[in-house]
Amino acid sequence: MNCTLWKDQLDAYLDGELPDRDSAAMDEHLRSCSDCASEAFRRMQMKRATRAAALRFTPPAGLREKIERSVAPKRRRLGFLKSPALAFAVALVLLAAVSAFVMVQRSEREHVLAEFVDLHVSALASANPVDVVSTDRHTVKPWFQGKLPFTFNLPELEGTQYKLVGGKLVFSGHHPGAQLLFELHKHELSVFILQNGERVPAAPSSQTEDGFSVESWSENGLSCTVVSDAGAGDVHALGELIRTANRR
Amino acid sequence: MPLFSQLYNFACWLAGDRAAAEDLVQEAYLKAYKGFASYRQGTNFRAWIYRILRNTYLTSQAGLSAMGSLDESGEVAEPETAETPESILLAAREQDRIQAALETLPVHYREIILLCDLEEMSYHEISQALGIPIGTVMSRLSRARHAMRRLLSRHEEGASR
Repeated sequence: MNCTLWKDQLDAYLDGELPDRDSAAMDEHLRSCSDCASEAFRRMQMKRATRAAALRFTPPAGLREKIERSVAPKRRRLGFLKSPALAFAVALVLLAAVSAFVMVQRSEREHVLAEFVDLHVSALASANPVDVVSTDRHTVKPWFQGKLPFTFNLPELEGTQYKLVGGKLVFSGHHPGAQLLFELHKHELSVFILQNGERVPAAPSSQTEDGFSVESWSENGLSCTVVSDAGAGDVHALGELIRTANRR
Repeated sequence: MPLFSQLYNFACWLAGDRAAAEDLVQEAYLKAYKGFASYRQGTNFRAWIYRILRNTYLTSQAGLSAMGSLDESGEVAEPETAETPESILLAAREQDRIQAALETLPVHYREIILLCDLEEMSYHEISQALGIPIGTVMSRLSRARHAMRRLLSRHEEGASR
């Protein structure tokens, strides 16, 4: 069997650089081809042995201090906090911490937003998208009383194109919240209101998630997210109405 | 100073001599410190500082002569070493053989193997650290490993003779 093409990809496979699909194909191939499998094993061992052998030189004692001094030759007494080398090191550590934090935050936020999109889609797919059906905000808002540990205001929609359809109770990350369904022309818009807006930035931020326009913000301890297949402008306008209603 | 031990180890492999490596690391940190303002947040810090260290070596006298020449596509010609050095043939332990083989490789090959297998950088990071396109990373790495395997297989032949 001619395995040249497989063997050409072996290094990238072992370095974890093959795209998922190619990597899965390689897994499959290695199960059936003992020649390639043993070559893969040899190269993997080689990688490991190289790693061990290459870790060879340790810095002599005092080199680090010597370099720190040379990078910051005029270190003052008690002025170590002003030492440029230290400030540099601190900046780097902070930078690393911040970027790691941002990545975790971002992925958490994306996770939360994706969850809201799922809730929106599943509500629309349901035979009963909402539990309280009413176009009257004075009916919908009291329905949540006793069901949520917080309260919120619904906007006056008269004179706008938006129509209230109703609402239901939802849970996100074990927290109860309100899902309010609105209509604009033929589009449905969900507004999710939950307590605890730690993971949501205060200022409205909009993005696209699986083709849905999403806008989220937090204010007065509540975090709100609007999800819809309507345009970002329509989503933002509804967001503005909600924000205005809750500032009163 | 972040990455201090790793950079020192890498510098020793590049320069092949501890005194030169110490100077190299010192100069690299000095440049990094002075140029920190030019470091763009969000780019890879590790790749950035390895690149500084490597460029420092590259422009040193020893680096200029050791780096040799690259062809137009940034490729290094695989050395036609007729003889495998005795250091490899005589080494009893695998670790010593690998170290001797790494020392024998042209520096372009040695550094890319170190960045990939020791530092476990992604191809993308390596391309940033060496300032070459990803395609060149892949082809150079593949040649470097091939050269490494050849050096080490000669040992096996030599041993069985």
